[in-house]
Amino acid sequence: MTIKEIQDSIVEDFSMLDDWMDRYSMLIEMGKECPMIDTQYRNDEHLINGCQSRVWLHAELKDGKIYFTADSDAVITKGIIYLLIKVFSGQTPSDILAADMGFLDEIGLKEHLSPTRSNGLLSMIKQMLIYAETMKVER
Amino acid sequence: MKRFDIEEVRKQFPVLDQKVYGRQLVYFDNAATTQKPLCVIERERDYYLNENCNIHRGVHYLSQMATEAYENARKTVAAFINARKSEEIVFTRGTTESLNLLATSLGHLLINKGDKVVVSAMEHHSNMVPWQQMLIREGGELLVIKMDENGILDLNHYAELLKQRPKVVSIAHISNTLATVNPVKEMIRMAHEHDIPVIVDGAQSMAHQVIDVQDLDCDFYVFSGHKMYAPMGIGGLYGKTEWLEKIPPYQFGGEMVDKVSFEKTTFNKVPFKFEAGTPNVGAALGLEAAVKFIQSFDRQEVERHEDMLLNYATERLKDIDGIRFVGQAPRRNGLVSFLIDGIHPYDLGTIIDKMGVAVRTGHHCAEPVMTFFGIAGTVRASFAMYNTKEEIDIFIKAVEKAAMMLR
Repeated sequence: MTIKEIQDSIVEDFSMLDDWMDRYSMLIEMGKECPMIDTQYRNDEHLINGCQSRVWLHAELKDGKIYFTADSDAVITKGIIYLLIKVFSGQTPSDILAADMGFLDEIGLKEHLSPTRSNGLLSMIKQMLIYAETMKVER
Repeated sequence: MKRFDIEEVRKQFPVLDQKVYGRQLVYFDNAATTQKPLCVIERERDYYLNENCNIHRGVHYLSQMATEAYENARKTVAAFINARKSEEIVFTRGTTESLNLLATSLGHLLINKGDKVVVSAMEHHSNMVPWQQMLIREGGELLVIKMDENGILDLNHYAELLKQRPKVVSIAHISNTLATVNPVKEMIRMAHEHDIPVIVDGAQSMAHQVIDVQDLDCDFYVFSGHKMYAPMGIGGLYGKTEWLEKIPPYQFGGEMVDKVSFEKTTFNKVPFKFEAGTPNVGAALGLEAAVKFIQSFDRQEVERHEDMLLNYATERLKDIDGIRFVGQAPRRNGLVSFLIDGIHPYDLGTIIDKMGVAVRTGHHCAEPVMTFFGIAGTVRASFAMYNTKEEIDIFIKAVEKAAMMLR
């Protein structure tokens, strides 16, 4: 699926739930499916700055596509990073760099996160884009 | 004096009467800032509507009225903490500015290479970082009073540190993370035996306890208005006159000077030499209104109500599976800090926020305290006079539901 198609399906999933408690429950459940980062990468080098909870993110390039793994000590944060992984994992660096992230506004995630969490979300996206940028050069 | 009637009190705080995410707001983040009663809001509004003027230098009517009002506010605050005279009160932006003032000015006066300053292991960053940075500049050393796993300071260790002849002791009256009420009167007595001045950080105590600076015999007492029902941007520094006379000014500019030439400047008298520039007059009048508001009740009755809230919340939390209290000193005040096994405080705070309950999560500007307990943060529920037992029931239900979702 393209980034746009994945984003559309996430927007659809979110729009089926009108209560934010249910949406959080969904994020918590999603967090449990997050592709776990290998323990060797669960270190300070892979830590994302700007989050109140700790988030580790790793990326690997396989056949020209980036595959992300992650972990967090907070389950909602883990759900959020998995949401982004769903969108970006298995895509090419160029597609990731060109992606429009407007879907986050559509699902209202940013406005429903506390400012610290919203900063954390932006830091996660930024880190994924940095990976894409570096791996684009590597190719 | 008014009888303490919770319904009447709550009517004074319109902000409490609102829904967030469709649910009645429960505001338990009072240790961060309290809400403001109508009398405070109206006092500041009235100042800008009818009285606004720069003070201390105008010949005209409004300026004289504003000056008088500002100086009366100083008198009210002085009487509130039983200072000997109003000149012992310096208006600042709050606790943080008061402590930066003291770290800088006392640093200039007292600290040389190799000198020491004592703080405790449970200080807010505001009562640690200014000292630490000053000591780095001067080549001095920070000594830290140890605490135990209940959040009780080790007074034997403190006595040992005093023998190292530190130049200053600066300690929290009530811990903002552990709720510990420190035995400051005793600690001041111990320091004075060695002729060491003591600063008490009263940020968490002013709204909850009767403060008598003469009885404590502290050399300085610092506080924030916004944590005691007053506006933001105003606070105070009480200092014994002999100390305020001795220490040099912190900031320079208008108002704080006596005679000025390009060669030399002499400074205004205490407390004006510490109030450079135009002060926040409107907020100072708001602070005076807040003090009068607190004084309008029987303080013991308010204390009993707040103690009831803390005890009830603690009792109810004990029933939650996997609860861990952070801070279990026998004398606690105003707040409860906790964790639930396997649940990140940030997740818990996020979910109960959606149920209308406002608490604080994280390290509460006391990272060394979190490091001591080996945790990343806590959930902190903190109370004010307008909170109710019913709100605690809502809070407990929200915590239970969140714990269920997050496990």
